[in-house]
Amino acid sequence: MESATVALGHGHEEHHGPPEANQSSRIDRQTLGIYLFIVSEVMLFGAFFASYFFLRVVVNPPAWPPHPYELPVAVAGVNTAILVSSSFTIHYALEAIRRGNRAGMKLGLMLTWMLGATFLFIQVNEYVHLGFSARDLGFGSIFYCLTGLHGAHVFVGLCLLSFATIRAFRGHFGSEEKDHLGVEVPGIYWHFVDIMWIVVFTTVYIL
Amino acid sequence: MHNPLRSEADAFRWLVAIGIGAASVIALTLLTRPAVGAAWALLLVVGGAVAGYRSARGSLPRRVEVSRGGDGRHRVLVVANETVEGTALIDEIRERCRGRRAEALVVTPALVSSRASHWASDVDEAIELARQRMELSLIALRGAGVKARGEIGDSDPMVAIEDALRAFPADEIVISTHPPDRSRWLERDVVERAREEIDLPVAHVVVDLGAERTHTPGN
Repeated sequence: MESATVALGHGHEEHHGPPEANQSSRIDRQTLGIYLFIVSEVMLFGAFFASYFFLRVVVNPPAWPPHPYELPVAVAGVNTAILVSSSFTIHYALEAIRRGNRAGMKLGLMLTWMLGATFLFIQVNEYVHLGFSARDLGFGSIFYCLTGLHGAHVFVGLCLLSFATIRAFRGHFGSEEKDHLGVEVPGIYWHFVDIMWIVVFTTVYIL
Repeated sequence: MHNPLRSEADAFRWLVAIGIGAASVIALTLLTRPAVGAAWALLLVVGGAVAGYRSARGSLPRRVEVSRGGDGRHRVLVVANETVEGTALIDEIRERCRGRRAEALVVTPALVSSRASHWASDVDEAIELARQRMELSLIALRGAGVKARGEIGDSDPMVAIEDALRAFPADEIVISTHPPDRSRWLERDVVERAREEIDLPVAHVVVDLGAERTHTPGN
């Protein structure tokens, strides 16, 4: 935070451009960057959850979900299991590349991508068969906003995983920590997406 | 404090913990009433926040990465702040560099006056004061025939040492402090921690600036 470097070995030299990057961070900048991004994302989700709890607790309708709407809890539960499984497969991919097992990394990345895509497909299918839209009461609006926001994040995560998978098949990444940041950073994002879904599912479908 | 989330493995552990917590909330809700599940969820969130805070307290045990030179030159990393211009320190460095190809890097941590200044990054004055002291030290060292250069470091002396060792392949470290009854660094076990965490010889020099000024001719 407060360090600066003043090299005096060669006298005072004129310095142009931005100051040198601080050396003191003990976490690499890509990982720190994704964590800072996730902090901003948590705040975004927080705003949507605030709206949800306002509608549910402060407005306090007689029933939740309002009659005659129903949420497909079983389908969403299976979808939750699929998404949570994908966190295990991305973790497997990273553990594999840490041990130098490239085949394991490719398998883990592909499985993660397929599980993520399956989740998104089931969610779109759920939207088609729900029987209400975002225009149906505040309930419909907040339901589609929360789950849709999360779905958008899954889509972004799938894009990141696509890049990582393509790179893996092109021979990128190695067992050294600095050599597989391209998998580590999407992996952290993917865990965030999964954690957010666990919270969304528990809050919206169960409680 | 340290960041409890440092890698994908940490994030995965959080996911597993949150997943288990959510499973218990779901089970309780399905077995009883949503209100019971909500109360349990609230309890878990508060408990998780407290556990997260407790796990982030303190410093992580670690080994400081040391770069290697390999050109036969003996390199001394000197870490000192207010005592950087002390005669005892200058003499110690001169002794360690005598009779061999040697080089010294003097790192002077920019000490901020308060925690508020630290959080506000209000360090300009601290950096300037540290730079002035370091320049005097470098003049004295060069006058004593020691090849030396200087850097202003992080206000945490351990971080300043770690930063310096990434670029400067030191063979030994000299840490200079005030006498034990006045040294904040000794109070914070800086020398002990450096000896534990860094795989290099660490020497400790005590500089009593008050006594040096008393013995200076003319005083």
